[in-house]
Amino acid sequence: MKFSLRTLFTQGLAGQSGWPEQWRSPEPRAAYDVIIVGGGGHGLATAYYLAAELGVRNVAVLEKGWLGGGNTGRNTTIIRSNYLWDESAAIYDHAVKLWEGLAQELNYNVMYSPRGVMMLAHTIHDQQVFKRHVHANRLNGIDNEWLTPEQAQAFCPPLNIGKNVRYPITGAALQRRGGTARHDAVAWGYARGASTRGVDIIQNCEVTGIERNVAGAVTGVTTTRGRIGAQKVGVVAAGHTSVLMAMAGVRMPLESFPLQALVSEPVKPVFPCVVMSNTIHAYISQSDKGELVIGAGTDAYTSYSQTGALHIAEHTLDAICEMFPMFRRMRMLRNWGGIVDVTPDRSPIIGHTPVPGLFVNCGWGTGGFKATPGSGHVFAHTIAHDRPHPIAAPFTLERFTTGRLIDEAAAAAVAH
Amino acid sequence: MLIIPCPYCGARPENEFRYAGEAHIARPADPEALSDAAWADFLYMRTNPKGRHAERWRHVHGCGRFFNCVRDTVTDRIERTYPAGTAP
Repeated sequence: MKFSLRTLFTQGLAGQSGWPEQWRSPEPRAAYDVIIVGGGGHGLATAYYLAAELGVRNVAVLEKGWLGGGNTGRNTTIIRSNYLWDESAAIYDHAVKLWEGLAQELNYNVMYSPRGVMMLAHTIHDQQVFKRHVHANRLNGIDNEWLTPEQAQAFCPPLNIGKNVRYPITGAALQRRGGTARHDAVAWGYARGASTRGVDIIQNCEVTGIERNVAGAVTGVTTTRGRIGAQKVGVVAAGHTSVLMAMAGVRMPLESFPLQALVSEPVKPVFPCVVMSNTIHAYISQSDKGELVIGAGTDAYTSYSQTGALHIAEHTLDAICEMFPMFRRMRMLRNWGGIVDVTPDRSPIIGHTPVPGLFVNCGWGTGGFKATPGSGHVFAHTIAHDRPHPIAAPFTLERFTTGRLIDEAAAAAVAH
Repeated sequence: MLIIPCPYCGARPENEFRYAGEAHIARPADPEALSDAAWADFLYMRTNPKGRHAERWRHVHGCGRFFNCVRDTVTDRIERTYPAGTAP
């Protein structure tokens, strides 16, 4: 059913009782052309673009839990593309361009809100780094501008630009096209679009092994719901990528860390944009429900526990209270952790693996949500054509052997 | 916050320590003899297991010494710690 004013009206008259399920939940078939392991935003987007753009419809998405229940449901939903290197700028801006038309394309309101992302500078070093980013971005056709502290406060009135704090604000870089989107809606919208086009979305189906023939090529996967054959398998499993790839005997340059976020009690609209500070480890925006959504840094050690230490969240709240004194008496409602797969150069890995038929899309680390449409789009092309999409080509696993790393540590959401 | 038993100082809170990655990765004796793939494996590839993990910590705000630790990465429970250079 297409969402429109007319269906909304008629459903309203019918007491909202006639809405159909948004995606099918079929039993797994014996075999598929392509299996995507991981039903988060990136995996579902991959399946969607395979079916919608590339005519590959004999596809299954296998999810061990529920759709978007991993990092897709745990992130702080920030979207931006102000990355330093040309390769990163290309892929993240590819995503931002897809975000701009995504709700229309999916006929599903993903609540993309380009309200502006402002990154704060507190030191001379910050200023130099961010100004370098502003110039690099503009050369790549990506909007980014330098603001004085006064201009930053005009853009975000709650900001404290006083000098009597440990890290006074000395300026900011603003990407106006940056913003937020509704994370659940992204997963559900892609799931709905993919399912309508024939993709089987199979939840509660954990992959327990990757099957290979004598030549080493992938022939299928074993799961908690039985064996499923496949010509190609794409692993899009974020923090669990190392575990899945080990099933095929592939070692990955990944470490999985907990990354925490927290939300406050809901309040009236007080915060107009997204503000992040790498130096003092905090980022913040306000959701449409009214909660302040606050992100912290990663914990020090690798873990799959989906929780993190309290002192990390405390440290972040210290920073928030210093930057925004008006939030000092806000109460936090919930905090949680997601498991992020971090690469040595903080750039993702997209493409082939040494195992024929096995593809991987991982390593998005602390900032994967923003890339969801672009990541799925280029990964779908890479799988369907069996060669890297031009935008994905620099992000292969081979770069760790050739040494052509894409060192984006300075652009990551939080200093590491 | 983890409570980490330093082999030299006893149990101390995690923020006295610095994490130092997977343990028992020895620098190859003759790097020039290595293939690019083997060198990449040494530099970048990590086991990243879901379960028992041997890792290094350094007690930076204590004795300053490195040591090894076996921790379960699902429960974060520390099984034991032992001096650097000894077998796991």
